[in-house]
Amino acid sequence: MGDFLSVTELTKAFPGVLANDHINLTLHRGEVHAILGENGAGKSTLMKLIYGLYEPDSGEILLEGNPVHFHSPRDAIHAGIGMVHQHFMLIPALTVADNVVLGDEPGHIRYDRKQAEEKVRSLSNQYKLTVDATAKVGDLSVGLQQRVEILKAFYRKAKLLILDEPTALLTPQETEELFSIIRHLRDEGIPILFISHKLDEVRAVANRVTVMRAGKTVATLSVAGTTSQQLANLMVGRDVVLRIEKQPQQRGSVLLDIRNLEVQDKDKHPRVRGVSFQVHAGEVFGLAGIDGNGQFELVDAIAGLLNVFRGSVWFDGQNITRLSPGARTATGIAYVPQDRQVEGLVLNFDLVENLMLRDFRRRPFSRNGWLSRQAAVKYANDLIQRFDIRPPDALRKAADLSGGNQQKVILAREVARDPKLLIVAQPTRGLDVGAIEGIHRQLLHLRDLGKAILLVSLELDEIMSLSDRIGVIHSGVLQDIVDAKTVTREKIGLLMTGSRSDEGARILSSDIQEVRKP
Amino acid sequence: MSILTNPQLWAGTLSLATPLALPAIGGTFSERTGVVNIAMEGIMLIGAFFAVSFSYWTGSPWLGLLAAMAAGALIAWIFAWAAIRLASNQVVLGMAVNIFGAGITAFLLNTIFGYNGTPPSTASLPTITIPAIKSIPVLGWFFYQQNVLVYLMLVLVMASHWLLFHTRLGLRMRAVGENPLAADTLGLNVWRLRYTGVIIGGVLSAIGGAYLSIGILNSFDVNMTDGRGYIALAAMIFGKWTPFGSLGAALLFGFASSLSTALQGNAIPTDLIAMLPYALTVLALAGVIGKSVAPAADGIPYKLDR
Ligand SMILES: Nc1ncnc2c1ncn2[C@@H]1O[C@H](COP(=O)(O)OP(=O)(O)O)[C@@H](O)[C@H]1O
Ligand SMILES: [Mg+2]
Repeated sequence: MGDFLSVTELTKAFPGVLANDHINLTLHRGEVHAILGENGAGKSTLMKLIYGLYEPDSGEILLEGNPVHFHSPRDAIHAGIGMVHQHFMLIPALTVADNVVLGDEPGHIRYDRKQAEEKVRSLSNQYKLTVDATAKVGDLSVGLQQRVEILKAFYRKAKLLILDEPTALLTPQETEELFSIIRHLRDEGIPILFISHKLDEVRAVANRVTVMRAGKTVATLSVAGTTSQQLANLMVGRDVVLRIEKQPQQRGSVLLDIRNLEVQDKDKHPRVRGVSFQVHAGEVFGLAGIDGNGQFELVDAIAGLLNVFRGSVWFDGQNITRLSPGARTATGIAYVPQDRQVEGLVLNFDLVENLMLRDFRRRPFSRNGWLSRQAAVKYANDLIQRFDIRPPDALRKAADLSGGNQQKVILAREVARDPKLLIVAQPTRGLDVGAIEGIHRQLLHLRDLGKAILLVSLELDEIMSLSDRIGVIHSGVLQDIVDAKTVTREKIGLLMTGSRSDEGARILSSDIQEVRKP
Repeated sequence: MSILTNPQLWAGTLSLATPLALPAIGGTFSERTGVVNIAMEGIMLIGAFFAVSFSYWTGSPWLGLLAAMAAGALIAWIFAWAAIRLASNQVVLGMAVNIFGAGITAFLLNTIFGYNGTPPSTASLPTITIPAIKSIPVLGWFFYQQNVLVYLMLVLVMASHWLLFHTRLGLRMRAVGENPLAADTLGLNVWRLRYTGVIIGGVLSAIGGAYLSIGILNSFDVNMTDGRGYIALAAMIFGKWTPFGSLGAALLFGFASSLSTALQGNAIPTDLIAMLPYALTVLALAGVIGKSVAPAADGIPYKLDR
């Protein structure tokens, strides 16, 4: 055995931040070693130091016992280090084979495309990374693109593989497939550095874990002996609440009534098929489902962003099926869309502008067609304080805020309008454990105030811990509505696959056992 | 439709397509590596001027052609330096080269050759007729009395296609135009590849200019390119940033011009037909006919932060 890679006292500063502060890390042969830390903890910086994208200010990197000094990724690649970046480094317009061999192509002057494809095929057999060598990368799913990235590393004879937040863009199935690839590689003796900020993933795939916080390594532990709670506390630096205690429910009257709804996408394919359900005041209704099963089309239709093909949407006793999104907002519906940076915010606008985005036409923000900046600034400062948005500077651009604070801005804007129904899609995607806790508290608080909340999320844990009732959607059909207090993960998992067969149960239970909280 | 069997129509098509296809392929090389190049007009003018001057001074049109290529390479190299190294706005730079090209050639024409323009004794490149092709129906019409540069252009189209799509260098050039960061992490030299693309582009554009001055003529006139560099830009886009596509678009534009010439004196309003290339250009740019997708990193300077 012995250490394959060891990092001692590695330090790297950027203007204003000490991104890596005397980092120590050892990686054994044949282990999956997770680096766990919140966004901004310095994980990517550490990996880029190891990969030669940055040069350290001080400290040392030992590879198989020998000190190495990489000046560029080329040096690192040469030494046998392969890295799959958080943001893929692929060229969508080129084929899989082109992408894999780029920089080290077979042939002399002429590019030997046939041989390149042949090499990629044999690598993909060797490492069980099935992908069509002649396909255009832009046509592949994210999961397959990731395989191309891994193939790129092995084409360059990587002896060590770094995966930086590899699951960020994957569906649950693709994640599971990635995990089996990782386990296969580990069994082949390839050490893997697995970067993540998700506790359950670390517990599912890693042997050891190093926790990073604010540029420092906090602890290195064996995964087998630790709990998610311990890891979460180490990561955040205080006691976090992974699952918030809910108040007993005060359920009110029906607010949202969906009747036999059918929605088509822009290519006229049916995405939501005959869905009916009701959401009451004072309840969180969770919509669970695997990505791409119509849940987002459903909420877009309720918010008025997609046309209803058949069926109707009733809100507060009124048929709103044909109302414009703006008119729906006026009836008391607020919507926090899935992609906060694209649909939720105007990143180039400051917080003042973002916070009054929905209401700028109205008094006091606008008088006779003239905007009143003063009123808007006052309003923004008020919300920033109430929702604890950081940094508390109304004149910052939305783009400058962290993901968690961006989400707070959207929530603040929507909640401040005092809606009766709040639709939230993926409210905590990509957020840190600490930020997630805050958003969850906020949502439950609104529920306790008697608002109706329709929550769509791909994270089953989130759905289960927040919802009072859970609707499970598969292929656009609402499979069942279950009581969140009594239902099991297994049952929901089954409904999500749309099948009650043993096959579905087997696939899911392996996933479930790994992520189950002690 | 006797007009369609008029050999001159087809010879004119190919002849008029040549000074469009060359800069279009030049632009293709530049943009495939990620540098937006609208400087073809200016580079063509400079190429045209130096071709004539050196042909006159040396007595050899071939040395004139070489001089044009060298001048094109030099201007392209300066353009590339500002676009790549200084990361200046590439469209503004391209316009600057065009204005500079028009100005400097007019100035030099006046100071060197004076009021009468370039001397009529200047040698031009030979016109060749290949007997074997001449006797082939239709194809023979195209190649009736074409300048040697027309044949060179066709060879360059094929060579460019091979270079871009069948060599390692071509793969790397295209990679850099799509995702320079990815190419960089794989150890490719982004800047050098971009310089290569821009300079090849400059040489090809300059040959296009030389065709105007010492190919079909043997003189230089102020602004003699008459906007061909811009039409070439459209041909490049219309041709989806490929050599063969550029040639096809150039032939289409050349045909429209040739047709309007052939129809002169008929009842048909030739101005409308002469307008056709420009209308097609607008439609191609607007994406109405055959949607063209530019290389993903086209026009975005790449900064090395190491
Ligand atoms: N190139 C850079 N220039 C300046 N600051 C940077 C740069 N890269 C990262 N940082 C800063 O360093 C810190 C750590 O970032 P990073 O390593 O990306 O964290 P993680 O991957 O754990 O989310 C952050 O505060 C980030 O803003
Ligand atoms: Mg990161």
